[in-house]
Amino acid sequence: MNLAAAIFVDGLIDASWLFIVAVGLTLVFGVLNILNFAHGSLYAVGAYTAASAAGWYYGGQIGPPFFGYFVMLGAALLVAVAIGPLLERGVLRLFYRRDEVVLVLVTYALFLILEDATKLIWGVDPYYAYEPYGLLGNLSVFGLSYVGYDFALIALALVTGLLLWLGLNRTITGKVILAVIHDRDMSGAMGVNVNRVFVAAFTFGVFLAALGGAFTAPKISVQPGISISVILLSFAVVVIGGLGSVEGAAIAALIVGLARSAAIHLMPWAELFIVYLVMALVLALRPEGLFQRTTLRKI
Amino acid sequence: MAGRLGILAAALAAFAALALLGRVLPNWFVLVATLAFAKGLVALGLVVLMRGGLVSFGQGIFFCAGAYAAGLTMRSLGVSDAVLLVALGGVAALILGLIIAPLLAGYRGIFFATLTLALSMIAYGILDKTYSLGGSDGINLHAPSFLGYQPPTPQAGSYALYALTCLVTVIAAALCRVHFDSLRGLLSLAARDNEIRVEYLGASVRRVSGVNFAIAALLGGIGGALSALSLGHIDPDFTFWTTSGEFVFLAILSGYASVTAVFVSSIIVELVRSFSSQYFPNTWQGALGIFLLLVILFLPQGLGSLVQRRRRSQSQSDLEPAPAPAPVPAETSQ
Repeated sequence: MNLAAAIFVDGLIDASWLFIVAVGLTLVFGVLNILNFAHGSLYAVGAYTAASAAGWYYGGQIGPPFFGYFVMLGAALLVAVAIGPLLERGVLRLFYRRDEVVLVLVTYALFLILEDATKLIWGVDPYYAYEPYGLLGNLSVFGLSYVGYDFALIALALVTGLLLWLGLNRTITGKVILAVIHDRDMSGAMGVNVNRVFVAAFTFGVFLAALGGAFTAPKISVQPGISISVILLSFAVVVIGGLGSVEGAAIAALIVGLARSAAIHLMPWAELFIVYLVMALVLALRPEGLFQRTTLRKI
Repeated sequence: MAGRLGILAAALAAFAALALLGRVLPNWFVLVATLAFAKGLVALGLVVLMRGGLVSFGQGIFFCAGAYAAGLTMRSLGVSDAVLLVALGGVAALILGLIIAPLLAGYRGIFFATLTLALSMIAYGILDKTYSLGGSDGINLHAPSFLGYQPPTPQAGSYALYALTCLVTVIAAALCRVHFDSLRGLLSLAARDNEIRVEYLGASVRRVSGVNFAIAALLGGIGGALSALSLGHIDPDFTFWTTSGEFVFLAILSGYASVTAVFVSSIIVELVRSFSSQYFPNTWQGALGIFLLLVILFLPQGLGSLVQRRRRSQSQSDLEPAPAPAPVPAETSQ
């Protein structure tokens, strides 16, 4: 019973940050039709920036400790605004008429570049930002002791998902984005400024990656290599959920989170393996992922 | 069928030139070239697949299957003959390919790419934790023999392996050229443009893609076995996604117009890597990324399109391609 509870809670915590990162990836794919390999690097840049910002904020005793969370949020925003439009307008725009697979390779090149850029800026030594992690105290669930911050992460994921869903389905801007996802040529013909939607959606995707990075930074040691594990996991989440589907990303993040924590508790050797096993199984049964709507084939 | 004779002549000439070149060039270059050709073979398989419109992001799984088949046979059965081990690597990868092909048959585009990636990462996860197969440390291999010939010095050994690699490479390149110009090879291009049309014209896309997939698996395994013997070491990184990404990179860089371009790009990339990882250990990946972006942007058909463009402009004169220091196995077929 205790073990089951531990698996469930750990899985939920894992799923929360995974959802934040993966939903950004799926949104970018939905709008721009790009499976962004560099998403993991953007996560890493977010984590580094937040760790530096938190180090600066807590090191200098600049303000009340709880305000540190807003500093981390600001760091994620800064990354999005600085990098998002630059990458979309400066690089990706040049490749839009190419094949999907070539676009994956373009983002793979971006991934390589961003990896080295992070190493140049932050070096190869790990960064720690442990202060925000302890601020919320500990609490006990099912007789097990957990760090409060982890539950704040779950709340953050829920809020992010809810805001995103409301934003897409209940606002005009959101409906315009959905229209572009559905058929970009037709929305362009109806007077939607597709380019602006592209920049906005990509920047928002970067923000979600950086947000995921910023708020996991206190839990981990921020060092080279974190981007790879993140992109591999969120890649699996997005494919399982169905490329471009927000609901799918949520369900898939839960599945992957639970599968991973079950593996860690029961058979630690299978941690990475199980995620891809789930992905292969889902793809074998539902080739387009759990939530992908069938699309018409244009001949 | 003058085309096929021409290919044979070019292949023989290329092999002779490469074998002589290996005698003259310094030992480190022989080592780099062996590895580059071995990886080029895998990329060539990917080019075969790409001509049919499929890109695998998990070609490392065949590379790894070939390497492990050769390495484990050497370790557990004591077989040290390179020719046998390479053949074994190819067969093992081919069998693996035939097993997973039905699973992949219904997928195209990004789904094919992600599913192959998933399969190769599953293999990575298994190998990484299987301690009887060396786990994440892998297994060290000793120097192979060649049909009874045991090279007396390490230099002689690396030259012998280089010669074997060149022979395999030249044969594979020539056969691929023949395949590209065959009916099935041309159907691949048609399937890439529009599968439904090809089906309506009475050909089976499934069959064409299946054959291409098998060729790619075989070449992947052979390349893997050669790399394993050349490095003297196997580990799960052979099927890690960055390895597979490297093959996609090579295939895109060379394009699918020319067979030779695959091996030229492979040599270039391997040289760039060994130099820059020595002199710029922290920025060479970024440089590689920039290079990749530029190639995709300005040479959408790859390096091979340069050769083809030039050939078209002098197509009247029907010249033999100049015997460059780079390998020129099969360029005379059109």
